[in-house]
Amino acid sequence: MDHDRREFLKTTTGVLTGVVLAGSPLALIAPGRAWAVDMKAFTSAGGSVLMAVARTIAPHDKLDDAAYAMVIQAVDVDSAKDENLRKMMKDGIARLGADFAKAQESERVIALKKIESSGFFQAMRLKTLQVLYATPMAYAYFGYEGEAFSKGGYMLRGFNDLRWLPEVPPEDSGPIPM
Amino acid sequence: MSLADIIAAAHGAFDVAWNNEMPNFDFKDNSVVVIIGSGAGGGTLAHELTRRGIKVVLLEAGKRQSLDTFSQVPGEAFGQLTWLDTRTQSGDWGVTRDFPTLPVWHCKTVGGTTVHWTASCPRLQPWELRAKSTYGNIAGTSLIDWPIPYEELEKYYATAERRLGVTRRNGMPGLPASNNFKVMYAGAKRVGYKQVHTGHLAINSKSYDGRGFCIQQGFCVQGCKMGAKWSTLYTEISDAEMTGNLDLRIESTATRIDHGPDGRVNAVIYRDGRAQEQRQKARIVCVAGNAIETARLLLLSDSSKYPRGLANSSDQIGRNYCHQITGFVWGIFDKPVYSWRGATLAGVIEDEAINDPRRGFVGGYRIELVTLDLPTLPLVGIPYGWGRDFASIMENYRNLAGMFINGEDLPRSENRITLNSKVKDTFGLPVPNVHVDEHANDRALRKHAQKQMSAIYEAVGAKRIILGPTPPATHNTCTARMSADPRDGVTNAWGQTHDIGNLFISDGSVLSTPGSANPTLTIVALVLRQAEYIAQQMKAGTV
Repeated sequence: MDHDRREFLKTTTGVLTGVVLAGSPLALIAPGRAWAVDMKAFTSAGGSVLMAVARTIAPHDKLDDAAYAMVIQAVDVDSAKDENLRKMMKDGIARLGADFAKAQESERVIALKKIESSGFFQAMRLKTLQVLYATPMAYAYFGYEGEAFSKGGYMLRGFNDLRWLPEVPPEDSGPIPM
Repeated sequence: MSLADIIAAAHGAFDVAWNNEMPNFDFKDNSVVVIIGSGAGGGTLAHELTRRGIKVVLLEAGKRQSLDTFSQVPGEAFGQLTWLDTRTQSGDWGVTRDFPTLPVWHCKTVGGTTVHWTASCPRLQPWELRAKSTYGNIAGTSLIDWPIPYEELEKYYATAERRLGVTRRNGMPGLPASNNFKVMYAGAKRVGYKQVHTGHLAINSKSYDGRGFCIQQGFCVQGCKMGAKWSTLYTEISDAEMTGNLDLRIESTATRIDHGPDGRVNAVIYRDGRAQEQRQKARIVCVAGNAIETARLLLLSDSSKYPRGLANSSDQIGRNYCHQITGFVWGIFDKPVYSWRGATLAGVIEDEAINDPRRGFVGGYRIELVTLDLPTLPLVGIPYGWGRDFASIMENYRNLAGMFINGEDLPRSENRITLNSKVKDTFGLPVPNVHVDEHANDRALRKHAQKQMSAIYEAVGAKRIILGPTPPATHNTCTARMSADPRDGVTNAWGQTHDIGNLFISDGSVLSTPGSANPTLTIVALVLRQAEYIAQQMKAGTV
């Protein structure tokens, strides 16, 4: 067993925890108010840095931390499986430093701009975009109603309910079936 | 009426035909026609030949999905349907920068790209078939005229439109206007456009051909769980299965087409689902693997007799790759649009689909309605970005309206598919490289379209306009084009290769130029015509 692997097993277990904000969209769909995400590749402090990176990339102030935690969970799962990725992520965390997680947003933006072309930042940006907006929390937050087949489509659920512009005349539109 | 009743009424009559008694033709049966690819071209051709009593082996690299198995989780559906085998790319088009690992976006599944298409079915116009004559000699292009007169193509368009159940044709009503279309329509009218409607779509606005009607799911790209959208998966292919003449082999990836000493093709080598190599003899081979894989397969099939690849004496295989000028334009409004509700592409402005060089470019474009689901929007629809500005666009998702450019790009000899010998696929074969350098005309067309589309949204009070990137190409065409002169292309007017009489090309690769129409209807029309020709030639014993 090489050194890195031993170190990985010994020290790099962390946890991200949070509480769902009362009245947030997530409160309506999450079963309990407290949540926790176990990490295999990162320490709790490292996870907090990654959380701050994800929030700086996609800052939605009223979107629950739980949605961002799903991004970090996905990064953690990938990193636990891939030693090169794990090293890249840990190096990125180290470079930003533990204070990054507590820094003002303007300072975080400056720090990330400096490393924008790095593999670490680009991997975090892509993963944030891929995971964050596919979470149920994001669907609720952005008002996206998603899959419609099981609910009969949007035909009777507002596909044409816009009223702030004129209706389209019949010759350029078409009849609603049934 | 309850929602459950709506589903039952719209969906109930429809059942996917699935003939488990499908024949298994012998590998050594050299009387069969082998078709490679089951999309708009290959799937339709399979039906057209089998219904005439011709035995067909249909090879499809992907798996078979159904209305029940289509995932409605966008990321999962993307993985379920998309051709994700490695491709490389080069050139100066934006896709190289923005989507380095995905130059093109088409499908690897039974039904091919007709599973995820948005079903837009405009016709090419007469002058678009005479691109070279109409546009003249433009430096840096390899324009030609089509070898088919428009009047000839028109007959097959009419048949194709009936077959697909295209809206606003043959008494099929248009789809009803969605919220997203209302924004586009009001803006377009204020700007002065005249030809604005909910489009010619192969989506049932009423029950037709045993398939249900559109219930405005907004999940056209993930596979229509209503079957309201035409796809060869559950129309042409299931019809072909019912004839008893189709042998559909899924997860079967063609790797080579063999020929005999006489130069005629005689077998297709492929890997089956267990990666075992198989060899199917054939009387005729029809290649319909999408313009990228079609060109690649012909190049991979080189031999001492054909050192540049099959049917490539003209050195035109893979060249003249066209993809149409595409891109998103988004408007953010101060009131909700909920653009995701409803058929994705149900709206078009056709006024700019003209050739008017005074605009600063030749060829035309359509402005089409579009939207993207929430998970896909930040990945495909809006420019690279992060931080507050990026987030502010996403924050306005409810209030976002979207449109899409669909314009003609000009063929260039060096825009081409080649084999990248440095990168190999899982079978050890070189992957295709897609090279695109934009022509000045392409850029001028896009700029004009973006300006007009911005004006449309500004006319109805947009707070902000966002010009999106060029997404991975889905309208891949012209890499084995039809030409009157064999030196200019790869096939004659029936998709029969100039070099080899029993080798046909049956997909968008044969388009001589792309025009400004979404290509599927034209592919189907050409294949209907090709099927007649193949049947006649077989009967006459000339192939």
